[in-house]
Amino acid sequence: METTLQGVEGWGLSTRSLGHVARPQSMEEVAGAFALARERGWTVGLRGAGRSYGDASQNEGALVLDLQDVDRIHEWDPESGVARVDPGVTVRGLWERVVVDGWWPKVVSGTMTPTIGGAAAMNIHGKNAWKAGTIGDHIRSFRLLTPSGDDLLCSREENAALFHGAIGGFGELGVMHDITIANQFVGSGRVMEYPYALPHLDAMFDRFEQLTGEFDYCVGWIDAFATGKSLGRGQIHTARYLSAQEDPAGLNMRSPAHQRLPEVILGFPKKHLWRFVRPFAFPLGMRAINLAKVISGQILPGSSRPYLQSHAGFHFLLDFVPDWKLMHGRGGLIQWQPFVPADRAREVFRRVLTMQQERGMVNWLTVLKRHRPDPFLLTHGLDGWSLAQDFNVTPRNRQALWQLCHDMTEVVLEAGGRFYPAKDATLTASQYQRSLGQDRLSAFRALKQQVDPQGLLQTNLYRRLML
Amino acid sequence: MLKRAMVIGASSGMGEQLCRVLAREGFHVAMIARRQDRLDALRKELQEAWPDRTFVEYVHDVRQTELVPELFERATKAMDGCDLVVYAAGVMPAVGPDEFDTALDKLIIDVNVTGGMAWLNAAATRFQAMGAGTIVGISSVAGDRGRRGSPAYCASKAAFTTYLEALRNRLAVQGVDVVTIKPGPVATPMTEGLEGLPMIIGVEDAAEQIWKAIAARATTRYIPAQWGPIMTAIRHIPSVIFRRMSI
Repeated sequence: METTLQGVEGWGLSTRSLGHVARPQSMEEVAGAFALARERGWTVGLRGAGRSYGDASQNEGALVLDLQDVDRIHEWDPESGVARVDPGVTVRGLWERVVVDGWWPKVVSGTMTPTIGGAAAMNIHGKNAWKAGTIGDHIRSFRLLTPSGDDLLCSREENAALFHGAIGGFGELGVMHDITIANQFVGSGRVMEYPYALPHLDAMFDRFEQLTGEFDYCVGWIDAFATGKSLGRGQIHTARYLSAQEDPAGLNMRSPAHQRLPEVILGFPKKHLWRFVRPFAFPLGMRAINLAKVISGQILPGSSRPYLQSHAGFHFLLDFVPDWKLMHGRGGLIQWQPFVPADRAREVFRRVLTMQQERGMVNWLTVLKRHRPDPFLLTHGLDGWSLAQDFNVTPRNRQALWQLCHDMTEVVLEAGGRFYPAKDATLTASQYQRSLGQDRLSAFRALKQQVDPQGLLQTNLYRRLML
Repeated sequence: MLKRAMVIGASSGMGEQLCRVLAREGFHVAMIARRQDRLDALRKELQEAWPDRTFVEYVHDVRQTELVPELFERATKAMDGCDLVVYAAGVMPAVGPDEFDTALDKLIIDVNVTGGMAWLNAAATRFQAMGAGTIVGISSVAGDRGRRGSPAYCASKAAFTTYLEALRNRLAVQGVDVVTIKPGPVATPMTEGLEGLPMIIGVEDAAEQIWKAIAARATTRYIPAQWGPIMTAIRHIPSVIFRRMSI
């Protein structure tokens, strides 16, 4: 198999490594790649679409197995709504296939570009995490090709420990393939979306809590620059599925053509849109943009009225502005997303927002979500809340930013919080251990020992957090 | 996922101080130099201040260029990557006004030029494939003119400056930054005992200014900045006059 020595980046562009990248076309070639790596003394890092923000799919100096071309949908049953797919099939590939029969994936990320293999390995969640859990909750089974050469069927019944370890196990136990995944029946190609503007953090929490009882999706946006009584002010967007009776016109919109995102936004071709935000990409500019969003949510006519929105339009906000990350400049960004138990979340989020304001390093995009526990070994899921935050990285702020994240992480850990490897860039091994607890990590290590005794599967993230 | 730096010539002077600055700015650092005891002390100092970080040291004489590719790989592996390489090794032995010593001149060229090329070629190979990275060479104002006091030293720095410029032109398209640092006199072991050095600055000051140049992605930076206009003027002094001056 051919390998190319090339730079491999995380989605946040804040770190780059050099890896021997191979793009197998089939699972046979994946098995061949394991053999090749052994022959050359390389470890193997698995990579999907490379949408993890940090170092999750990088493997410095060794083999990076890019699984994007192993991308067949083997089976799709429009009766049961269950699909069987290769790891390289993207979220987009899945929804485009199932939507025509009236289905939508149960859990999708904020962008449709990740692969299902990557999404399962990181155990992604969506805007319905409190209700639908993580993507792992909807995976029925998969086959796990392990470095020791086994190809094991894993489900809740069979090889259950590996099933619960590999989902969320960031690709350290084997290559998940033949992934069987359940989808959601939707009567309409649209959802009804409702916006709300809230004046402070408590109001955000109270309203969010109330709305989760009524809706299928719920996501909060917070203006992290607001201080004092307005600390934590923001907006909530909810959505609910529509039945065919409610939205007869939406019935025909269950097609890729009707789910297409607009090519032109506010008169600009969307692929160049980030260039127009770039001039605002400094703290004061971002403060202004956040404020503009708050004000527009309060005063624009119609800003509090519900509206019909395509499924893709509601979920894939990040795809509206392709390459939006480029506005962060050469230093890129890191995302820091703590998950905090429900009884401590308000206090912890207030504290971390205040800490970043005090240190003059306020994040530019803050997203609030509600979560629930799940049965996976290395899970970030808990009965609580998460606050995803995008921090701009420059050569000059790097150390101070890492120190800020380190200190905010301590606040989160003290409250029994967790973290999410797909987003992480700053955790230390000891912080990661404390977040999950020794029992979970020991159980994971035992699984790793069982299927990968030589430690063939590794990534930069694995070496940073687990070794 | 902090950045990773490699500093060659890390056991004294600007290289040593730059290791401290890079650690403070959030880098993992691989330190390479000849003197084990000094490297040990520096590594301990940094590790105590930043216990979560990776600091590694390698004893190496830059004249052994054949060892460089393998050592570069080892240091990169130890840090799980490398984003910044600084060549700070250099020698400036005293040369008498009537002295012409080929062995000494060769030593100067070996350390200041050939060693630099060996290390920065290794860095260039990595960064060109990676499509990113920063290469920093500590050259000198001495390379701007052939002074009577130190022919080989001036020649070595002129060669190194030109090499860095070519490297920058070669690698720019790949997204690699090459920063040429041209310090005036800095109070380091290299200048110890020399008297009457103009505008001499402390090593801490110099290292801070080098870091600023790296962070700003400068191409060429005189340190301190006043040397910029001064050297522009000196470069334009006609040779016939320059040879009568005691600079």
